[in-house]
Amino acid sequence: MREPGKASARSPLSFSVNGETRRATAPPMSRLLDVLRDELGLTGTKEGCGEGECGSCAVLMDGLLVNSCLVPVLEAAGTKITTIEGITHDEQWREVQAAFLECGGAQCGICTPGMVLATVELLRKNALPTDEEIREGLAGNLCRCTGYLHIFKAVAKAARRNRAR
Amino acid sequence: MGDKHIVGAAVPRKEGRDKVTGAARYVDDMTLPGMLYGATVRSRVPRGRIKKISFGAGVNWDEFVIVTAKDIPGKNCIALILEDQPCLAAEFVNHQEEPILLLAHAERHKLWKAVAAVDIEVEELPAVLAIEDSEQRREIIWGTDNIFKTFLIEKGQVDGVWAKAAHIVEGEYFTGAQEQLYIENNGMIAAYDEQHGITVWGSLQCPYYLHKALMALCGLPEEKVRVVQMETGGAFGGKEEYPSMIAGHAALLARKSGRPVKIIYDRAEDMAATTKRHPSRTRHRTAVDAHGKILGGEIEFTIDGGAYATLSAVVLSRGTIHAGGAYHWPNVRIRGKAVATNIPPHGAFRGFGAPQSLFALERHMDRIAQVLGISPVEIRRRNFLRPGQTTTTEQLVGAETNLEHLLDRALKLSQYEEKKKLFALANKSGNVKRGMGLATFLHGAGFTGSGERYLDSVAGVEARTDGSVWVLVSSTEFGQGTNTVLCQIAAEALGLRFADVSIAQPDTRAVPNSGPTVASRTVMVVGKLVQSAALGLQQTLVAAGLLGEKSTPDEFRVACTEYIAKRGALRSYARYQAPSDVFWDDQKYRGEAYAAFAWAAYVAEVAVDLTTYETTVKDFVALQEVGKVLHPLLAEGQIVGGVAQAIGFALYEKVIWRNGRMVNNQMTNYIMPGATDLPPIRVYFEEFGNPHGAYGAKGIGELPMDGPAPAIISALEDATGVRGSSIPFLPEDLFAAMREKANPETVTTQAGESA
Repeated sequence: MREPGKASARSPLSFSVNGETRRATAPPMSRLLDVLRDELGLTGTKEGCGEGECGSCAVLMDGLLVNSCLVPVLEAAGTKITTIEGITHDEQWREVQAAFLECGGAQCGICTPGMVLATVELLRKNALPTDEEIREGLAGNLCRCTGYLHIFKAVAKAARRNRAR
Repeated sequence: MGDKHIVGAAVPRKEGRDKVTGAARYVDDMTLPGMLYGATVRSRVPRGRIKKISFGAGVNWDEFVIVTAKDIPGKNCIALILEDQPCLAAEFVNHQEEPILLLAHAERHKLWKAVAAVDIEVEELPAVLAIEDSEQRREIIWGTDNIFKTFLIEKGQVDGVWAKAAHIVEGEYFTGAQEQLYIENNGMIAAYDEQHGITVWGSLQCPYYLHKALMALCGLPEEKVRVVQMETGGAFGGKEEYPSMIAGHAALLARKSGRPVKIIYDRAEDMAATTKRHPSRTRHRTAVDAHGKILGGEIEFTIDGGAYATLSAVVLSRGTIHAGGAYHWPNVRIRGKAVATNIPPHGAFRGFGAPQSLFALERHMDRIAQVLGISPVEIRRRNFLRPGQTTTTEQLVGAETNLEHLLDRALKLSQYEEKKKLFALANKSGNVKRGMGLATFLHGAGFTGSGERYLDSVAGVEARTDGSVWVLVSSTEFGQGTNTVLCQIAAEALGLRFADVSIAQPDTRAVPNSGPTVASRTVMVVGKLVQSAALGLQQTLVAAGLLGEKSTPDEFRVACTEYIAKRGALRSYARYQAPSDVFWDDQKYRGEAYAAFAWAAYVAEVAVDLTTYETTVKDFVALQEVGKVLHPLLAEGQIVGGVAQAIGFALYEKVIWRNGRMVNNQMTNYIMPGATDLPPIRVYFEEFGNPHGAYGAKGIGELPMDGPAPAIISALEDATGVRGSSIPFLPEDLFAAMREKANPETVTTQAGESA
């Protein structure tokens, strides 16, 4: 169950989500995850464990991968957030989604948004990661279906394509 | 003609685009107007009598919808095989996570405090928390003897073999509980009104299981219960039965409040309260001749079913039938037993009893090899089932089965012999020891024995005026590829393009009951029905004079348009028909246990670090014969994913029990394999057609769960000399075992709180 923040003060917070300025009226200690899903309707970000272990709720905050279940929305004020919905509309990074589809990197799909965002962050920092670097780059995201190998292939494929562009 | 050979091609996953873009709709992504959130108040004692329920201070209870057993309009049970499990405990509680009372509120965050404020006074009764306690029967907690079910398989005359044996080898093996750990927690939304009855939307595997349970619970006729599966974020058996409980809870709250109610478990609740893999104990006593041939044996396979019967009888059945594995037993007696304990009921998890009994058997084969002084390879080679021989249930092994070939190929692919020699030398020095291990095994596809006949499954295919075709089944997608493969089959049968075929959302109002999505039956059994239904649809058009025997997708579209304009809906259904040559005796547990077996030889290479006592799997070869592979990428994905889960089962995933409750119910301290933990998992297939399956397919989903654990522990033994008879085998277990090996007189015990 989601424990509330101190619920009294409802001050609107503003931040950029997928390039648009959005305002949230949730209490400042609300989880960014809940604000994205419940208030902004961006349900592509998933909850898996609620304690920062599985990475299903990963989003980019000012370009850095964060687990949105651990981020109070207060901390997101003034930042630039990118969710899976933002990646879908991004010319460059939606290649990552295509690679996941082609390589069998998504099975049940619940970890996939977080995996895609972890991949985007990895490839931004390291355009052509080695197999070892791919594993390290995805170490914060758990997948119970694939055994990861098809995900690694997808990341490598996306990297090669990005490089070729 | 449409695409050539859609079956066998790696076409894109049907719902894949929605999944990679985050557009796929899981139950927690759905909101209904006026919706409340529900929560569950549970027992906090393993066994007792409920004395009093009181509602504490600091909560405005008037704001809450409160449901107890008294609010149940029908039978207070989760109807499955038996009706012993209450939906809400009324008088007695039989495990720590037993639901007693339900709350709903419009604001989700208010529930947490309210759940904690409900005080349930329970007079505690002595609890039974392990198989041995249950067997001693000092407390009778279920039926008259604490036993849910027993099975006996007898073949030949086992009592006559002991006198002839050159060696009698005994062993006892254990496997622990394992959490499915799908990344999407369980969740359900229910809505109720007088006119339509109950509708539930949820994360689930088996829509018609919920349908049956809700009819009994709510006392409603079948047309007033509707179950819709949402996109489901992993299941692995873990969403086979427990969703009926959550759906029941949501339905009761919706009925009482008159508003839609959503119940989403958080990770801690999901891990502690819902079903896990049955812990097991297997005892082997085997008579072997001087050449290493098995003369006969006795096997006792016992599982801990937890507090209620749920699916334990069927898990036991599969485990018992698989207990003899891929070997020839001229004489054997196998006793299977599922016992009751005051632990949350255990349930379905990929493999369904087989990973447990096969772990024991494969470890025992290694032990027999040691006693005889022959290699693990040789003991298997000498005892493999061969064409013309029969399994323990006296099912004839088909001519295409060639375990020796599978074994030889797996050994070659893994460089087993070379590496074994190399490691034996290298292990004389250094602190990292390496080893090789193997397992050869089988897995039966489809329901056991007469099961498919009882299920009486129906699948349908519907064509629309635009020539698009819809597959109508209650079989669900939860990652395995159901949507994709069933569409491939229909497209292939109708000569259409893959894009012309879609699959309907599983909704009991719209699709027939094609049975549960379990038991590696979807591709083999339901796929065959889809194929038949598709061919039936084509024949309808041919018989109406609208289509030739061979047609293009365009001709098919025109024919559909004309047919529907003249005669209305164009649908075709196919019902399961048991092959006439299949014989099964439910009483004696004898005959054709499964329509098909998949066969496999797996090899594991491990490295054991004697500084940290960590075991790492360095390489893994998974070679299997699964009939025809209908989708190579999805099939490989099933094998890799299954092996990964089985590596967790062997080396990482330990449920810590305290007084009958899982206490490490978090992803932080129940450890599943992550991206950096897994070896290259190299997957190979041998393909032979299976006449019982769609386009020659057999089941595939569960097989990879069976072999890795024994292969890995065998490799660990090869590396260290430590005999692993119990999994999970964690670094601390290895540490204790190494200490014991070094100083046999020192008695080491396991951590006190683990069971």
